[in-house]
Amino acid sequence: MAFTVEMVRLSLEKLNVLIEEKREYLTDLDSAIGDADHGINMNRGMKHIIEKIRGKEYSDFGGIFRDAAMTIMSAVGGSAGPLFGTFFMKIGQKLIGKSEVSIEELAVAMQDGLDGIMFLGRSGVGDKTMIDAIAPAVEALRENSSDGDSAAWNKAVIAAELGMKGTIPMLSRRGRSSYLGERSIGHQDPGATTSYYLISCFRDASVEG
Amino acid sequence: MKKLINKIDDVVAEALKGLSAAHSDTVRAIPESRVVVRASSSSPKVVLISGGGSGHEPLHCGFVGYGMLDAACAGEIFTSPTPDQICSAVHEVNGGRGVLFLVKNYSGDIMNFKIAREILEGEGVDVESVVICDDVSVTDSTWTVGRRGVGGTVFIEKIAGAYAETGASLNDVKSLADRVNANVRTMGAALTSCTVPAVGRPTFGLGDDEIELGIGIHGEPGRARVKMSSSAEIVEYIAGAVVDDLPFRPGDEVAVLVNGMGGTPLIELYIVYNDLKQFLGGRGIKIGRNLVGSYITSLDMQGVSITLLRLDNQMKELWDHPVRTPALCMWR
Repeated sequence: MAFTVEMVRLSLEKLNVLIEEKREYLTDLDSAIGDADHGINMNRGMKHIIEKIRGKEYSDFGGIFRDAAMTIMSAVGGSAGPLFGTFFMKIGQKLIGKSEVSIEELAVAMQDGLDGIMFLGRSGVGDKTMIDAIAPAVEALRENSSDGDSAAWNKAVIAAELGMKGTIPMLSRRGRSSYLGERSIGHQDPGATTSYYLISCFRDASVEG
Repeated sequence: MKKLINKIDDVVAEALKGLSAAHSDTVRAIPESRVVVRASSSSPKVVLISGGGSGHEPLHCGFVGYGMLDAACAGEIFTSPTPDQICSAVHEVNGGRGVLFLVKNYSGDIMNFKIAREILEGEGVDVESVVICDDVSVTDSTWTVGRRGVGGTVFIEKIAGAYAETGASLNDVKSLADRVNANVRTMGAALTSCTVPAVGRPTFGLGDDEIELGIGIHGEPGRARVKMSSSAEIVEYIAGAVVDDLPFRPGDEVAVLVNGMGGTPLIELYIVYNDLKQFLGGRGIKIGRNLVGSYITSLDMQGVSITLLRLDNQMKELWDHPVRTPALCMWR
């Protein structure tokens, strides 16, 4: 088994549906420590991505990830646009010209995406951001890739969920929530929550189809 | 929520159309990219481009025109503009002598301008940027995002804009903007929250007898929540924090901005200015130039911010340089 371009399309379709469903929840999380627009912005961004990729033929990962990246950057703005955009862009650049890769190769490309987020956001693990969900998921995917695709994906989803929940006791050091200082403690990070949804949609698309 | 709007999704686009219709002699809006540019192009000069989330009007689009900005990009309410907006603003006004981005220090603005800069440099455009960070209510450290860009933005756009008009080089305009940024400090206080149209309810709760000291322009929390008091006492707290931060010293000559947050009437801003003049007089600080009005707002928030800039001769001369924009017009 392997990871294919069609799985990327399916993942994004699933993510679009899930974000639509969780729109209010994400906005509530954001109103506690941010500016109450994360759900609205991600919902708008995902809708634009789906409009862009639906019915379009892609011969490699580079094309579909580039379209997703450029679309979310121009449709969302704020921090989420450039950060998720960079994640998709770097993965696509790593896998350019390929239409099917092993989970191990995908994990390496996702590490590139994660590095891009860290560089652009000048941020790392433990700052109460999306990185706290993505970093453990990428690590789990890489370390468990020899156990078979579905085992690796399941572990990645669990790692992302733990990472997301792990942001609750953290003190925010990046983004608008950082202005709250101590008052940011006790709230789950909305960006980490969306990132968990993203990882779980990739898992569902790859394992369940 | 009671607001004079039609559709929530159309708030920014319709406001830009209205701005350019009302000031067609000065500015032109490009609705599809939500960019506002000067109505007529000037002689080749360094171009100044700013932008940010909407909801702070007249900042930034109201400051496009002779003597200030060449273009401004309007994001959604309180959401940074996107790299393609910023690039199209540059394509529209670039005169080949370089581009200076004036960016308020918020994570989203920094990232979107950074990506735009990379794209433009790839096209061979000369780009520099200045990150504005004048809010003393935020602790500055390498572990945090750093200080927010607030009222000082108006002074930087005015003074750097005037300098660019004189034909100064990109490096010179950038160093001057950096110098203004290093000498300007601001703090604000909110009497009420703002209400974001798409959310429909106040961003934060504040009791009838409470105020938030050190508020940000998006309703971010400040240093302390205290009981409402007199204008003179509020001025003493916020101007005191501003003066102590730089610090401003006896004998300094300053430009001051007494800025309304959007929902505060001008009569109250003049009371604040009167209190500020007395307060600064007591500290031996002379007001050389002033601006009183609502220039960088937070939608319908009631409140005020006080900005002090330590002036030098060059800044004073450039302050007096003519400016003609929708929101700031001094012509002599």
